[in-house]
Amino acid sequence: MKKILFTAMLAAASVLTAQTIKGSDTVLPFSQRAAEAFMKADKNAKVTVTGGGSGVGISALIDGTTDIAQSSRKIKFDERKKVEDKGGNVKEVVVAYDALAVIIHPNNKAEKLTREQLEGIFTGQIKNWSEVGGANLPIVAYSRETSSGTYEFFKEEVLNKKDYMSGILSMPATGAIVQSISQTPGAIGYIGLAYIDKRVKAVQISYDAGKTFVTPSIKTAKDETYPVVRPLIYYYDTNKESTVKSFIDFTFSDAGQKIVSDLGYITVK
Amino acid sequence: MKKIIEKAIEKIFAFSGMVTTVTILLIIAFLFKEGAGLFNSPVVEKGYVLCVNANNPVEHISSADIKKIFNSVIEDWSEVTSGFDEKIELFYDEKILNNYGKDEWRAKIGEKIASTPGIIALVHDYEKSLPKNFEGVKILEENTILPKDFFLGFEWLPTSKPAPQFGVMPLILGTLLVSFVAILLATPLGIGVAIYLSELAQSRVRDILKPTIELLAGIPSVVYGFFGLVVLVPIIQKTFNLNVGETALTGSIILAIMALPTIITVAEDAMRSTPRAMREASLALGATHWQTIYKVVIPYAASGISAAVVLGIGRAIGETMVALMVTGNAARLPKLFEPVRTIPATIAAELGEAPGGGVHYQALFVLGCALFLITMAISITAELISKRQHNKGL
Repeated sequence: MKKILFTAMLAAASVLTAQTIKGSDTVLPFSQRAAEAFMKADKNAKVTVTGGGSGVGISALIDGTTDIAQSSRKIKFDERKKVEDKGGNVKEVVVAYDALAVIIHPNNKAEKLTREQLEGIFTGQIKNWSEVGGANLPIVAYSRETSSGTYEFFKEEVLNKKDYMSGILSMPATGAIVQSISQTPGAIGYIGLAYIDKRVKAVQISYDAGKTFVTPSIKTAKDETYPVVRPLIYYYDTNKESTVKSFIDFTFSDAGQKIVSDLGYITVK
Repeated sequence: MKKIIEKAIEKIFAFSGMVTTVTILLIIAFLFKEGAGLFNSPVVEKGYVLCVNANNPVEHISSADIKKIFNSVIEDWSEVTSGFDEKIELFYDEKILNNYGKDEWRAKIGEKIASTPGIIALVHDYEKSLPKNFEGVKILEENTILPKDFFLGFEWLPTSKPAPQFGVMPLILGTLLVSFVAILLATPLGIGVAIYLSELAQSRVRDILKPTIELLAGIPSVVYGFFGLVVLVPIIQKTFNLNVGETALTGSIILAIMALPTIITVAEDAMRSTPRAMREASLALGATHWQTIYKVVIPYAASGISAAVVLGIGRAIGETMVALMVTGNAARLPKLFEPVRTIPATIAAELGEAPGGGVHYQALFVLGCALFLITMAISITAELISKRQHNKGL
């Protein structure tokens, strides 16, 4: 009898720690690595991680089909309201930060851009590098696809909610953006800091109309001098706090935050 | 006993044929059903309304103007409505919704609108926050998305807020351009190779060439796409001295390569099926080998050759991954040496995160319907042509 009870309790405990994480592909590598490490440390735990994009994760949270929604953007007001209408309460936990770098072809001499100039370039007002201190070369702007959280964040943050120019070149993946920019002399685009390699060059950005220009790096993002930084967030329903608590605590532990810096993201501490 | 089994097998075959047909019809029905709601949707994103100050004489704002206003392209009301000379001030209600309790929403939003003459406010459509019947506030009536704006529009900005722009003209033209050029490149080459393989090549050469060509059909399209992006894009850029290597032409070349195996295999099979008696009759009448090829073999195989070309077009027009990777995906009026965006690439890139049942989602399904109608029109035309040619040939 005792044995049966014990097994039942064990089963209950393992059910308690079984959880699903769904959402942003930017947060996905972190969640996956963290889940692996977490499951290694706790044999009863079971964490399932899937991608699909920030919006997909948050709608799964609304439908109750995931315990944690991983997102690279803030939850929208109406999304939060939908959860509340179902009797839930959304809790937001920032697990890491990601800096977005604006990249150009390595031979391009225009290395410093203000936010206003970036807005002009991506909305199509500025069309030649000579207008922003470069050579006489047409600007070719690359963007991510509309389904990407990065696309949305860049629009809200850097373009001041304005639309990208119609007919901007868009690429399905970060890798494709780096590849295209490395082989197009007049190109400009944006990617996560972790994806920068030797084939492209990061631009210094100014958010105070040209007084100070900051190079994107883990250090400048951490001391908050680099402006284009977004939080990587876990959203969950407080009703499920007991289920997700131990995993979320783990992401803040030293082991969890080490994964963050290993992946090229910025730690929260 | 044998008879019963044969009967059973016959029934199974008939049944699977029926199931296939029904499935195809269901898919088509699904396509049209999902897209159907688009033209009943308001131009402003679902869940929001636009409000202005009551003194503002404006009644309707077109979708294109809303977009220009929220992008600060139009900055004064006099550009939208006559007789109201006031600078436009944009207002979003998120801050109020986040910072105040729900009992204060309506009053706070209403007061803000009533006290700002030039305001245009994007307000969430909630009972508690919507300043309906609030003195000094006018809620704008909403137009629905017009088929004219959709099919003849030139701006594809599906996530523009608050009024997404669904002009599919650049996408349709882009798809047609890329496929048309691809088939223009692939057809002569494909038919040439088919003639060589079926009529001229020695059987040893043929035994090597044919499997190699058929192997081309087995390469996954993403591999073609990556090859195009890494190898062909820089070549095109340097050869034609362009700013960008991701162009319609780049896509066409890769698609032509992809369509080649289909065209070659089908056309060659058609040519080889020319009865031996006909060839021999032609040769016996004193025709040369070449004369036999294009006076007897090609006319006889005409329907098969057109089928090959149609299958090739089908392959090119619906190809997604290559278009997504090498054409640059820029939704503007297509030119051969500039980036274009095709319909399949658009659907593939955007459907993933378009909220189910939303306007964007419906717009993508209508695009799918358009693609379906285009391919159907092409196959029907080809069918008619091949029938006519066949009659003439014999």
